[in-house]
Order: sequence, then C-alpha cells, then structure tokens
Amino acid sequence: MIYMDNSATSPIKEEVLNEMLPYLKEEFGNPSTLYTLGRNAKKGLDQARANVADLINADSKEIVFTSGGTESDNWAIKGIAIKLRDEGKHIITTEIEHPAVKNTCEYLENFGFETTYLPVQENGIISIEDLKNAIREDTILISVMHANNEIGTIQPIEEIGKIAKEKDIIFHCDAVQSIGKIPVDVKAANIDLLSMSSHKIYGPKGVGALFIRKGLRLDPYIHGGGQEGGKRSGTENVAGIIGFGKAAEIAKRDLEANTEQLTAIRDALIEKILDRIPESYLNGDPDTRLPNNVNVRFAAIEGESMILRLDAKGINGATGSACSSKSLSPSYVLSALGLADADIHGSLRLSLGTENSLEDVDTVVDTLEEIVATLRTMSPIWDNEKNASIAFDESSFTSH
Amino acid sequence: MEYSDKVMDHFANPRNTGRIENPSGQGTVGNPTCGDLMTIYIDVDDNDVIQDIKFETFGCGAAIATSSMITEMAVGMPIEDALKISRNDVADELDGLPPVKMHCSNLAADALRAAIDDYKQKNQ
Repeated sequence: MIYMDNSATSPIKEEVLNEMLPYLKEEFGNPSTLYTLGRNAKKGLDQARANVADLINADSKEIVFTSGGTESDNWAIKGIAIKLRDEGKHIITTEIEHPAVKNTCEYLENFGFETTYLPVQENGIISIEDLKNAIREDTILISVMHANNEIGTIQPIEEIGKIAKEKDIIFHCDAVQSIGKIPVDVKAANIDLLSMSSHKIYGPKGVGALFIRKGLRLDPYIHGGGQEGGKRSGTENVAGIIGFGKAAEIAKRDLEANTEQLTAIRDALIEKILDRIPESYLNGDPDTRLPNNVNVRFAAIEGESMILRLDAKGINGATGSACSSKSLSPSYVLSALGLADADIHGSLRLSLGTENSLEDVDTVVDTLEEIVATLRTMSPIWDNEKNASIAFDESSFTSH
Repeated sequence: MEYSDKVMDHFANPRNTGRIENPSGQGTVGNPTCGDLMTIYIDVDDNDVIQDIKFETFGCGAAIATSSMITEMAVGMPIEDALKISRNDVADELDGLPPVKMHCSNLAADALRAAIDDYKQKNQ
C-alpha cells in the first residue's frame, strides 16, 4: 500500500506508540491525584507539554491540551467572541479555512457577530492589502490558517501577526496542517492563539492543543473539575497527550530531514504528473506550499472514480469532488481559487508522509496515468482521437 | 458510504463503454458542473429492438456502475420495454446504491429514455 493521505490522518510512529503504552497499562493513574501513580502521570503530562511548547517556540504554561484541532478552533474563536462581545462584533477570516473555523464563524453570526471572509488569489494566498482594508473599529479577531489542508499553501502569518499587533486585534492561527511540517514560531508571528492536532504528525487521534499567549485570559470552553490549570476540564487523555508530546519531539528533531525528503518526493510527483498526463494542472502555489502537499486536477474525469481506482491499486489519496463529500458540494477551497466546478470534480490531493519514498513516485504516476486514461476513454467530455478535452457549455445541460 | 460488490464490479469492469458511430438514437443527461454527465447510444433494429448499446460517462463510481448496468439490462429489449426501466430498477439490479447517490448519480434510466426519445423522433 502507498498511503498518500497524511493530511487526513497519519499513522502512529512506533516510537510514539512505545511511549504511550505504559500509560495505558501500569501507569494508569489520574494526574490530579496525590500519590505516586498519579504523580507519574502528571510528570508525563508536563514533559509532553514542554515538547509541544518547544515545537512552536512557546512556554509550557501557554499550552492547554484539548480533544483535537476542531475543539481548539472552536474554543479560540467562541472564547474570544464571548470575551470581547462588548468591544466589537467583527471577525476576519478567509474563504479557505477548515470547516472547524468556517462553521464556527458562521454559527457566531446567529448571535450578531459579523464575519469578513477574505478571498484568496489564484495561488491560494490572501492579499495583505485585503486584510488591512477589512479591519474595522469593531474587529475583535483575525483567524487565518497557517497552511491549507487541501492545497497546502502557506499564508504570510508573520505579516498578519504584525498587523494584528499594531491594530491591537487578537490573532488566532489554525496550524493543524503546518506544525511539524514547516517551522512555526508563535513569538515571531505575534500569534495569540494557535490550534494544533496530534494525529497529523504521527501521534494518536483524539488529542490536540491550544496555545494561549501568556497574559491572554480565555474562559474555559469545557467546564468541570478544573483540570489543565482550570482552563480545560475533564480527566486528561493521558496516553494520548503523552503520544502527542512524543510526536512533537520527533517532529522537531526530524523537521529538516523530513522537509528535504518530502520536498523531493513532492516536486518529483508534480513534475512527472504534469509532464506525462495531458491536461493536468497544479492547484495552489508551486513554491509557497507545504513540503508534503500535491494537489492536481485532470480535465474530463471525476475524482471519486479516480480515488476508488487508485484504492484498488493500493494507493490512497483524496479529492475535492462533490461526489465524495458529505455535502455533495465541490470543494469551497478550490472554488475560492476561481476554478470551475467541473474542474474541481477532477482534483486529486496526495499528501505525503515520512513513510513515502522517491521509489513511490513512479508507481503512483504510472498507475495514475493509466487510470486517468481509462476514465477518459469513457468520458463524454474527452475526445479520444484528439486526446483532448471537449469544450462544453455548462448552460446547455440540465441540472439534476 | 459503501458500494455493493455488484456496483464495484460494474465500476471496475464497466461493460459496453464507448460510442456508437451513427447510432439510431443517443441521449445525454446530467451536467459536468454537478459532477455527472452521461451519454447513452443505441442501435435499434427494424422490429424496434435494441441491438447494441454503449455509454460514455463522466462521474463517480455510482454513475459509471449504473451506466454499465443499464446497458446489460436494455440490450435485446424492445424499446417500449426499455422505456419502462426506472432508476429504482437499475439500483435494485446493482443490489442497491448508497442513499446519497440515489438522486444525483442514478441517471442511466433517464439517459436511456432520452436516447429512445431521440430514436423515435428521428423515425417519426
């Protein structure tokens, strides 16, 4: 199997699992208790917190563990909205945020908050001018992701943080896809709140963290027994947190080597796909993108068919096609790039992981070339004689 | 969402793909914007029986499987019988489709009807 869907989730590393196992067995203590067993669990949490803090150049005291990226995003945004509701009702975000941010902002609109969704340019990056122009007197929060989950493009967070600081606006950054892949420095980027997840960096699912800058007080999102320094109640997911901590330590240790390895695979994949498959195109920016993200589109074929056929050959990827989404709408991220729906249906995301190698590239491209060709032979919008797509007028078709 | 074995079989090994040159009738339904577009070609003999049928489909697994399935169901059928094949008949023949696919990707019966209408119009 060639697994290339690491932006969906990644396999737990052996080192991570080994670190977790004792906490699922003999070291099962509750970190809130006073006896040795509990203190051992507490020590494990402290080490994990230090590792996660270290990955983003933060202080341990600024890290609160959560159930994952989605909870962190919800807490950051709703928390600021509640805290600053008397100071303003305006939130700025982008059109390409993860649903955990997008849907949270939309929910807050039910309570009188207003959101500006910044568009992105053709390469998937926002314009700083647009951001400056969107800021109002009553803007209380800027929430911009670091790297996009679908197209991997990286936003200029240092510039955004500088503007937010000058204007005295809270800056939240969803860094779920970027931590462990590219350097993240909360101090350099003046970030107030930063969301993280464990299972995208070879840690276990069900655990994440929110960085809350020292001095910024955020009411709890989950109320209860006062764990995590009173900030996030509920008995800690000890083994999960230990695993996240280990994954963060490894991610920092291996960052440079991984970047080199993944960039080489990414660039070889993109080059060979675009070179060998007619009417294939890259989505997003060629350079300002995560080292592990490939997102391409193919004219005249549909993504679900491509994913299923790749799966039959032991290759796992993802598509922005409507047919594979729960909502049956095409990817709003790809729409924001200005792509037509028919093109979005033919998109493929291959998100690489450290298990991939350069040897995988030829296997994947050979397989993909064959699948795309097969699907095109049965596509009514592909001319097999000319080996080119057939132009069509959308309005000439019926909707259904 | 899970496809039946029969859907996967027709998706992985679609029958009767391609086009018929100068067909007796052809019908296209769907819209590439929605992610599904299907064309069915038929050759009909003097007794109004479907002798040959082929399809071209841009779409998901269900769209391809329903297209393939209906070509097997309709070949050798008098057009008046073929007209009676419903979307549900095609889905049933495939041992069912995921609910979310029943509406959007289950267009083969419509495409076949459009092809037969086209044939009838040409032979009025």
